[in-house]
Amino acid sequence: MFRILLASAAMAVVLASPTFAQADLTDPQIAHIAYTAGELDIASAEQALRKSTNPEVTEFAETMVRDHRAVNEQALSLLEKLGVEPQDNATSAALSEAAEAKLEELEALEGEAFDAAYVANEVAFHQTVNEALEATLIPSAENAELKALLESGLTLFGEHQMHAEHLAATFK
Amino acid sequence: MSSGRLLSALLAGLVLLASPALAEEYVIVIDAMKFAAPPDGLKENDVIVWRNEDIFRHTATDRGGSFDIDLEPGAEARLTLAATGTFEVYCRYHPGMTLDLVVEP
Repeated sequence: MFRILLASAAMAVVLASPTFAQADLTDPQIAHIAYTAGELDIASAEQALRKSTNPEVTEFAETMVRDHRAVNEQALSLLEKLGVEPQDNATSAALSEAAEAKLEELEALEGEAFDAAYVANEVAFHQTVNEALEATLIPSAENAELKALLESGLTLFGEHQMHAEHLAATFK
Repeated sequence: MSSGRLLSALLAGLVLLASPALAEEYVIVIDAMKFAAPPDGLKENDVIVWRNEDIFRHTATDRGGSFDIDLEPGAEARLTLAATGTFEVYCRYHPGMTLDLVVEP
């Protein structure tokens, strides 16, 4: 439990940090952050698909893999078209680090304990990413197409968050 | 118009008028995580073409279990409305996406 708190706290710190709050993120950095968030959620879903036997949880995880892949493929083709190379940055690195810790922590759980923790983390993760998209990434994006893609990402992730919240309610 | 053509046009009109109400076909587009608004005045035996123009896979699923249509991005599928009533449609992958179809006799 302590480690769960620690990972959530780390994530909160990352997103509240000046790096993230700064409005001077460049488009290549914004693209990298959004892409990384998608990849992290896919990794988390793949862990759930390996560990969970709950059909609702596995179906949710399959949707996460499929949807985030679709957005990221779209992002890659947009970046290619724009000739933009996504640029690694402190926020992406910190997000990856927090997610790594979370994967390790969830790996130790089994059965319903795993399912509940995975779904709770999905709620928290999507909430964090959605807040970041809304408050920082979308307003900071300069390219109109990138901005539009981030906006459709926000619509999708908002749905994912709601879906995760409904699932989470079944574990209480 | 020659009288022969006029006659056949009139006959065709009569045939149309005499036939039972023709089934209509409606397209419901799914895009940007939303079902388009449902058509008004749906009747039994009308056909809905579900067209997924989104980049995500979706379903058009009746909560009552009478249909469950799975649509890959870019896919479309036809559904004949075989019964009357209100059908609560949602996407199994994105349960926040919903649509009510009202089908009248």
